[in-house]
Amino acid sequence: MPLDNVVFWVFGPVAVASAVGMLFMRNAVHAALFLIVNFMCLAVMYLLLDAPFLFAVQIIVYAGAIMVLFLFVIMLLGVDRHEDLRERLRGQRIMGLALAAGAALEIGLAVRAGIGFGRHVPPSTLSGTAETLAKPLFTTYFFPFEVTSILLIVAAIAAMVLAQRKARAVTEAEARALNAERATGAQEMAP
Amino acid sequence: MRTPIAFFLVLSGILFSVGTAGVLLRRNALVIFMSVELQLNAVNLALVAFARMHGDLRGQVLAFFSMIVAAAEVVVGLAIIVSVYRRRLSVDVDDASELRG
Repeated sequence: MPLDNVVFWVFGPVAVASAVGMLFMRNAVHAALFLIVNFMCLAVMYLLLDAPFLFAVQIIVYAGAIMVLFLFVIMLLGVDRHEDLRERLRGQRIMGLALAAGAALEIGLAVRAGIGFGRHVPPSTLSGTAETLAKPLFTTYFFPFEVTSILLIVAAIAAMVLAQRKARAVTEAEARALNAERATGAQEMAP
Repeated sequence: MRTPIAFFLVLSGILFSVGTAGVLLRRNALVIFMSVELQLNAVNLALVAFARMHGDLRGQVLAFFSMIVAAAEVVVGLAIIVSVYRRRLSVDVDDASELRG
């Protein structure tokens, strides 16, 4: 068995298992950790598909930055809350599972009809290193590349605006009370 | 002989379906959001697989852009979840059933 297949059959099932684990974990932190495992497995898949640059980006951006952000928000909102598992819409669970299974079946059939299993093993002619990816990125796709930088800035500002706590203005009476408190505190401190 | 492209596409389809099930079945807004991320990653895997199949680097460039947009989307989405939590003290999507703030 060639090495490529060995790596695929080790990391593929782990990817599926971690995704299913994320689906069934009640605790949001456990779900996030399973998702990190899944992202790592996908990074290995990128390596198999001759995309070493995307492999690095996947680990740095997804498994690093995005998941840390997720964990940060989970901690901020409280880790110990548990999801209410009673379903309020009748039949939603069965219909949701049926829809997901239908989607999987449909994609499988589409792949079989489109390119067929087992065939199509093209010789590797490309490798997505930082050097080869930089060429189209900074020539043909330079404009979209710059637009994404604006998008990131807008997103950062939007996050700050959305998540800020409104600072309450201190009223005059409160300020006076605060000052008086400080004054008595200073007197008590004095010998 | 290397791994057939179809295997990667099937893996991508399975992960996408699991993500769909997560979006439909879970009610914690954070877990739903994580499932959406799983779906985005599955599509990225399909893009990279097709790039390899056609020997065309543009698929990888598109996957790269989709990662950037996903990062921006996560930042804004999490900020919205935090502000909804501040207002309702809940991350359950069933509790946020009105358009009124």
